Amino acid sequence: MTLLEASEITKTFAGITALDHVSLDVEPGEIVGLIGPNGAGKTTFFNCLLGMLKPDEGTVRFDGKDLSRVATHRRARLGIGRTFQRIELFAQMTPREHLFIAERVRRADGALWKDLLGRGRPKPAELEAVEETIALLGLDDVADRPIEALSLGRGRMVEVGRALMTRPTLLLLDEPSSGLDHHETLELAEKLREVSAARGAAILLVEHDVAMVRSLVSRVFVLDFGTLIATGPTDEVFSHEAVRRAYLGDVV
Amino acid sequence: MADLISAVLRGMTFGTIYGLLAVGLVLTFKTSGVFNLAYGAQAFLSAAVYYDTHIRHGWPIPFALLLAVVVVAPLGGFILDRVLFRHLRAASSVARLVTVLGLLVALPQVIDLWFGTAQSSATGVVPDGLKVYHPLSGVFLYRDDIATITIAVLIVIGLVVLFRATALGLRMRAVVESSRMTELAGVNAEVVSMSSWMLASFIAGLSGVLIAPALGQVNGIFFTPLVVAAISAAVLASLTSIPIAFAGGLGLGVLQQILSIYLPTNSILATNLRPSLPFVALFLILIFNPGLRNRRDLADPLAGVAPPPPQPIVLERSRELTIGLRGWWTIVLGLLGYYVFFHANVSIVQETQTAVIYAIIFASIVVITGMAGEISLCQGTFAGIGGLVTFQLATSQGMSVLVAIVIGALVAAVVGAILAIPVLRLAGIYLSLATLAFALFFDNVMVKFSWVSGSPSPPQIPRPQLGGIDFASQKSFLVLCLMVMLLVAGALLLIRNGTTGRTLAALRGSTVASAAIGISPARARVVAFALSAAIAGLGGGLLVTANAQVSYQSNFISDLGLVWVVLVVSLGSRTFEGSMQAAASFIFFPILILQDAGPWIVDHIQPWYHLVQMPAGLESILFGLGAVTYAKHPEGLLEFNTRKSLVKIQARIDKFKSRRAQRKVAAAGAAS
Repeated sequence: MTLLEASEITKTFAGITALDHVSLDVEPGEIVGLIGPNGAGKTTFFNCLLGMLKPDEGTVRFDGKDLSRVATHRRARLGIGRTFQRIELFAQMTPREHLFIAERVRRADGALWKDLLGRGRPKPAELEAVEETIALLGLDDVADRPIEALSLGRGRMVEVGRALMTRPTLLLLDEPSSGLDHHETLELAEKLREVSAARGAAILLVEHDVAMVRSLVSRVFVLDFGTLIATGPTDEVFSHEAVRRAYLGDVV
Repeated sequence: MADLISAVLRGMTFGTIYGLLAVGLVLTFKTSGVFNLAYGAQAFLSAAVYYDTHIRHGWPIPFALLLAVVVVAPLGGFILDRVLFRHLRAASSVARLVTVLGLLVALPQVIDLWFGTAQSSATGVVPDGLKVYHPLSGVFLYRDDIATITIAVLIVIGLVVLFRATALGLRMRAVVESSRMTELAGVNAEVVSMSSWMLASFIAGLSGVLIAPALGQVNGIFFTPLVVAAISAAVLASLTSIPIAFAGGLGLGVLQQILSIYLPTNSILATNLRPSLPFVALFLILIFNPGLRNRRDLADPLAGVAPPPPQPIVLERSRELTIGLRGWWTIVLGLLGYYVFFHANVSIVQETQTAVIYAIIFASIVVITGMAGEISLCQGTFAGIGGLVTFQLATSQGMSVLVAIVIGALVAAVVGAILAIPVLRLAGIYLSLATLAFALFFDNVMVKFSWVSGSPSPPQIPRPQLGGIDFASQKSFLVLCLMVMLLVAGALLLIRNGTTGRTLAALRGSTVASAAIGISPARARVVAFALSAAIAGLGGGLLVTANAQVSYQSNFISDLGLVWVVLVVSLGSRTFEGSMQAAASFIFFPILILQDAGPWIVDHIQPWYHLVQMPAGLESILFGLGAVTYAKHPEGLLEFNTRKSLVKIQARIDKFKSRRAQRKVAAAGAAS
């Protein structure tokens, strides 16, 4: 069964059409790319998928379930994790605490009375899950530093780790390589491949870095000014005439 | 029909003033990011100056007007900008709000110090202002009204010309959009911001002088509903659009007058509702204006510039220091306890009781501000609800007092949760305004109902009993309060380290990211409000039991709620220690300094300055000015000073240790 099925998503802001009947699907365990120039509507599309924005038209189905009336945090609990283009971390918390709170929320074990009875402290099973993700993403050396002390690249890793703690079956990554240098980008791509293999999560990747997209994804969707101009297997799409004109220009 | 036309005309008098004030609020918010809640006090200042010079000293109208509106008002704006708000341009939105709250607490008291609280009838800016005109049959209008409307309209035309046709106006419009971008274009945003503060203060001063005759009296309390109506209009304009702000103010003024002729005169609800329409309007506009939703960053021109506050020193200090400090506090508290229980007179025992109870109430501010990162201005109301429920259950229902206190806390929690629901989508300043509107509404409408406040000649609330233990004596009741305080402190610690505290910390960091990992922001907000209200209600219940009666006006009114927030936040809202310090200051400062040391101080000031007694509002002024330091030390004064001294002590310990290590090495060297 198709994991994510977004059909005919339309969103307008004050007369400007940000998304015009965009349809996209992701199969379980698959890595899919969503590319397009800045302002094409990629982040808006993500926000519509997670319910942070309400699309004017169109439906999002996840695991066969219609998400139209499901709140953002419930969608997250259903198994959609995401990272943000402009990094969104919790100030004054360490990476370990970031991962821990995500794990605790996933277990839905945070009633106030439990805190009051002193049962709110980290449990061994939770700490173990946190350790595992820290090891997977190579965050050991910074796990207990304040988040403000981390570089942008490591911060993005914490975001990925935090999203992973919710055990997503679909991970939405919004330009994870922006602000990273060439070396860090390669490392990130390597990590994402590992993560996808280790956790069996499907990934929908919004990315500008063509090399990274090519090395990771099997299928690509191309957005331009809110409309889908091409979809298909990666190599096919990248040789597509309209795609080269709209997006790649002289790059390739 | 004639009634309606009269009401509309009368409404225009108020409406143009609301509109003018709203324009001033938008102006300063957009040019400096400060939402000036103390704006009413500025209007009052000019009205007071005008009254003092014109009526008391008999100055001719033009001179008095010139001094009050053209000299004093802009000068006030200039001073505020230079001394305070200039430094706040890069501060966090909480810091800006707390500073303004401090000003709101201190400024009216400062004005009272000079002007006195004597009530005095006002006169307008035209001679013979009470002359009545009849433009149509049955329609009447005072000469003062005509003057007010004419001047206000002229000022608005002047403002439009200023904004459309002058260089300064162009710059102000640019700073309205983005002060940082304007600076990059080579404009000195500081000068622009200063000019806009002076202009806004001029508008405030003019409005204050013009509206005084319609209010009837020059008295600070009349300016609160006035500025709340102006805030409503500014909020209606989403704090951005100057024309909408003015139109909104005009509309509100007219609407208020029309409603006041159509609301029935015999119902108690209508009677109480009429003067508090501004509060209701503010609350409704906040809830229903879609432009305000989720606008923490957008509404805040300089958001994201502020550096994060440093980590609490507790996390950094060494083990020796922690042990030493605990020992020190055990000794100090032990000695204090020994003194209070075995040597102090009964009034000190009572004051300690009150301080302990206030520490509990202030813990509610630790939850809502220290943990959830929001500023609530209705903590006094929550405490009051707890107190009123306790009072009614314990007296007229004859319930056991302890049970009544617990039920009072639960009722407060329910009210807190219900209040949290409509304001879920509001953040930052808008949330604070909504809580303020609720507090004012409760003060002015709800408390007037007898089912809320109980019978007018109440029996005394008995002291609680638990099994065979009677808490009737002051000392045993103090023990009870201390036990409750320890329970609350323990609960705070557990919550902070538990899921709820971490969830709130995550939400404070990023709402969208929290939702993306499955945290329900709505649920967390409701829990935080309910918890905070419950703690406040618990304290309120204990407070009325300690006093044996409820005096809502002197214990729980919204003005006091403001003082509490200002005090706790400026001392440190992150830890229970902060609320204990705030409670100690709140209770013992007025007693020790103003009451006990007061006569001595007065005696020594007497030779230089005529002073009969210590001024009454002094503690509010000092507490308010304390909050003004918040911008510099957002972690709280207490935390700042603790850090400073602990770093010093730590350096001593380190030095001592290294010397000892050296000596050991030397001894080992000598032995070998």
